[in-house]
Amino acid sequence: MEITVNINGTDHTADVEPRRLLVDHIRTGVGLTGTHIGCDTTSCGVCTVLVDGTPVKSCTMLAVQADGREVTTVEGLKSADGLHPVQQAFSDEHGLQCGFCTPAMMLVGAALIEENPAPSDDEVRWAISGNLCRCTGYMNIVKAIQAAAAAASSDGDG
Amino acid sequence: MLPARFDYVAASSVEEAIAAKAQGGDESRILAGGQSLLPMMKLRFATPANLIDINRIGGLDTIERHNGHLHIGALVRHADIAASGEVSGAVASAAPWIADPLVRNLGTMCGSVAHCDPEGDWNSVLLATGAEVIAQGPSGSRSIAIGDFVEDFFTNTLADDEMVVALHIPVPSGRSGGSYQKLERKVGDYATVGVAAHLELAGDGTISAAGVAMTSVAPINRKATGAEAVLVGNAPSAELFAEAGEAAAAAADPRDDVRGSARWKRRVVAAFTRRALAAAAEEAQA
Repeated sequence: MEITVNINGTDHTADVEPRRLLVDHIRTGVGLTGTHIGCDTTSCGVCTVLVDGTPVKSCTMLAVQADGREVTTVEGLKSADGLHPVQQAFSDEHGLQCGFCTPAMMLVGAALIEENPAPSDDEVRWAISGNLCRCTGYMNIVKAIQAAAAAASSDGDG
Repeated sequence: MLPARFDYVAASSVEEAIAAKAQGGDESRILAGGQSLLPMMKLRFATPANLIDINRIGGLDTIERHNGHLHIGALVRHADIAASGEVSGAVASAAPWIADPLVRNLGTMCGSVAHCDPEGDWNSVLLATGAEVIAQGPSGSRSIAIGDFVEDFFTNTLADDEMVVALHIPVPSGRSGGSYQKLERKVGDYATVGVAAHLELAGDGTISAAGVAMTSVAPINRKATGAEAVLVGNAPSAELFAEAGEAAAAAADPRDDVRGSARWKRRVVAAFTRRALAAAAEEAQA
């Protein structure tokens, strides 16, 4: 079945089997390997991407369901102006250890900030509660998302 | 993991989806949020020959109060319910505790209800509130009481040519309240124990109607009718709720498993019934 998915601002047209999962299409079909596969059973959230701005697990969505929709992966976070505030904050606050869950954490963080420019500690924890960090590096992940929110809103003010 | 091969149809109307479902018979499955169905297909526990995607059908994503009930369309996601100002009681209370935030963004209430997972939270809420499932077939739609809709675990009573298009949850005209109490080991895990409670109060403050239903402590979501009988006609009180909690615990049939012993789960049912009823009464009296 032919589908066209806009990934990070570029239309990608491909002929895919209906049973192909979105994560496989992104990684193998399009070649963007920043989206990871962890548990592959809808538990860990490392395959998170944004579909029309909403974070979802790309291992639990068919590629054909994304036909005509806008997908953002970690590769799409940075802009011509440089790193996304979330990416800068993860670097500054050491919001990662092994890095495997990081793309998903950053996308969830970016979506949260979009909706809630000044999330509390509890709100960040609630937002990332579908994403596992097996290094248990949650403290700095929460700190990084809050730092990103602060940076994004001060940019907006300036 | 890859699901087994299937034929895929992206239906553009309910009529088209029903026709496609009828054609495939019991080899057809409706794809709404897919957050239970796709994992089962990846594990090959489910191998439908036809998958009918309803996500592109318009008009199925409404939450609205209408003729004394809350109407929840087939494409209303758990996250939509959690964010809606239209919901209250046990529905509002349960929504943030369904699965995890990412699953809530795609998974639908109607899909979860139709899936009939005995450890699913929503069917307890629907049993407690006396909700109805609206099924549409080629000759029109019919309303099925939730107790009649769930046949057994993972089995509903829909005909091959029917699909769930909405849920109707009664909105009482008088004072009412509800709550869902859930114990889970971690976000996204099944409930170790869940209890939904719904109360309606008469003019004199006594309980005129009560619903109590339990998750994960019986082969399917179970209504605690003994607890309901204890409540109706009496004034809300801590003692009454404790008595109802014991009745609910007696009606539970939990198993020893990795989440805890049957004996302990029964005590959790008693405590959670008490707490759910107290929260429901508080909402009703507010």
